[in-house]
Amino acid sequence: MFRKIAAFNESFLKAYLEKLGRSAGRFVTSAGQLAILLGSAARFAVTPPLKMRNIFKQMEFVGVQSLFVVILTGSFTGMVLALQSFTALKRFGAESMVGPTVALSMARELGPVLSGLMVTGRAGSAMATELGTMRVTEQIDALATMAVNPVKYLIVPRILAGICMFPVLTIIADFVGFIGGYLVGVKLLGINSGVYIGRTTEFVQVDDILNGLTKSVFFGLITTLVACYYGFNTTGGAEGVGKSATSSVVLASVMILTSDYIMSSMMA
Amino acid sequence: MIKIIDLKKSFNSKKVLDGTNLEVEKGKITVIIGRSGEGKSVLIKHIIGLLRPDSGRILLDDIEITALKESELNEVRKRFGMLFQGAALFDSMTVGENVGFPLMEHTDLHDADIMKTVVEKLRRVGLVGVEDMMPSELSGGMKKRVGLARAIVMDPEIVLFDEPTTGLDPIMSDSVADLVLDTQRALNTTYILITHDIPFTYKIADKIAMLHEGRIIAEGTVGEMKQNSNPILRQFLEGRAEGPIKVY
Repeated sequence: MFRKIAAFNESFLKAYLEKLGRSAGRFVTSAGQLAILLGSAARFAVTPPLKMRNIFKQMEFVGVQSLFVVILTGSFTGMVLALQSFTALKRFGAESMVGPTVALSMARELGPVLSGLMVTGRAGSAMATELGTMRVTEQIDALATMAVNPVKYLIVPRILAGICMFPVLTIIADFVGFIGGYLVGVKLLGINSGVYIGRTTEFVQVDDILNGLTKSVFFGLITTLVACYYGFNTTGGAEGVGKSATSSVVLASVMILTSDYIMSSMMA
Repeated sequence: MIKIIDLKKSFNSKKVLDGTNLEVEKGKITVIIGRSGEGKSVLIKHIIGLLRPDSGRILLDDIEITALKESELNEVRKRFGMLFQGAALFDSMTVGENVGFPLMEHTDLHDADIMKTVVEKLRRVGLVGVEDMMPSELSGGMKKRVGLARAIVMDPEIVLFDEPTTGLDPIMSDSVADLVLDTQRALNTTYILITHDIPFTYKIADKIAMLHEGRIIAEGTVGEMKQNSNPILRQFLEGRAEGPIKVY
């Protein structure tokens, strides 16, 4: 009886360890492939000629077309921050600190992180889908047969667009968040306008904004690199394209949140 | 001339090419036939360097394609054109932009000159006034024609065709066969096609080679292949379920 239980435990443990080993192997392989793709894209990004038309097209897609969602998210986040912080700060008679609370939260954390997550959901998934479809319909192979390097033609413009446009979107998210907070704090909750702006300019430093922008550059890189990686390595037809889009959004979001903590600790 | 020498390729543990040998003559139409999943597409992708073999060599004249670096391979690829099974037209571009794409990328021609060449190549494949259409607006046959126009727009020495008649009705298949013959004669280009469409093969081939279990098991002209008594070849050419090839 005991032998049977021991044998069962042994086989169960073996199967579990094998599964764990396979997952670890896949993780290391994916990390390695991401690093290789990044290295390759970096090399082609500094190798002329660069197709500026492709880069601008991607900047328009990542940046301009994400404006609406970023403005909406930024403004409502600023508004709700003002509302919640007012409730908390009023207990200590520190309503004047609503402005700095909103502005610092937006500039250091919420501006880059929320705009990063929103753009990942909108543009990252679309990128993975587009490249995945190109892969399964042999359009990427067709590029290669025409002596056009697919990494240089498809991936470099997307990564450059992400790196350039995420900081721009973050500035916009910061600004509309501040305006949203101001409207709720001053017009709705009755904080003095001069106090609100004065306290904000007193507490918010340029470094706070720059820290947020530095993060957003990395988030732009993460979102586009992960989307391109999954799109580029899509297999299995329509189902594979769907999986690539989902996986790219999940991984990029997780990477944004974890790297945000790491960067925040380093910047602190 | 293209020489494929003892080419081997496996995916995981599955042997796809197992010592493939073939010679393709310059200026002729060579058709590689074989069942689906026998590695025909894998073979053609090796010829243009999209896949690297586990062992073996491919020679284009005196250049060993299989030993080239990516940058060197790109120079050789300019001598090729390729028509994919689904045409692989870029969804985001118009027909004109698709056909003119290689010229945009590799020449200094002005837009007007590129468009002139595009119109001429489209006319050669029997299409007029479609430059501004999107690929999604085209029928399967029209897509193949546009794909062929793109494949020949740089006047390549060699054009590869991956199952050019798959998904087409018999009349359209015959029309593609005429197109292949017309363009090949007009340009005197080396054409390599893979297909399992036997009437199409008989109509166009200067040479037929049959790929089976990773090797070329029979090759020759249409007449020679019709006379060949190899039971595997006979079963395939006659389209019989009974025979040495097992149907799973």
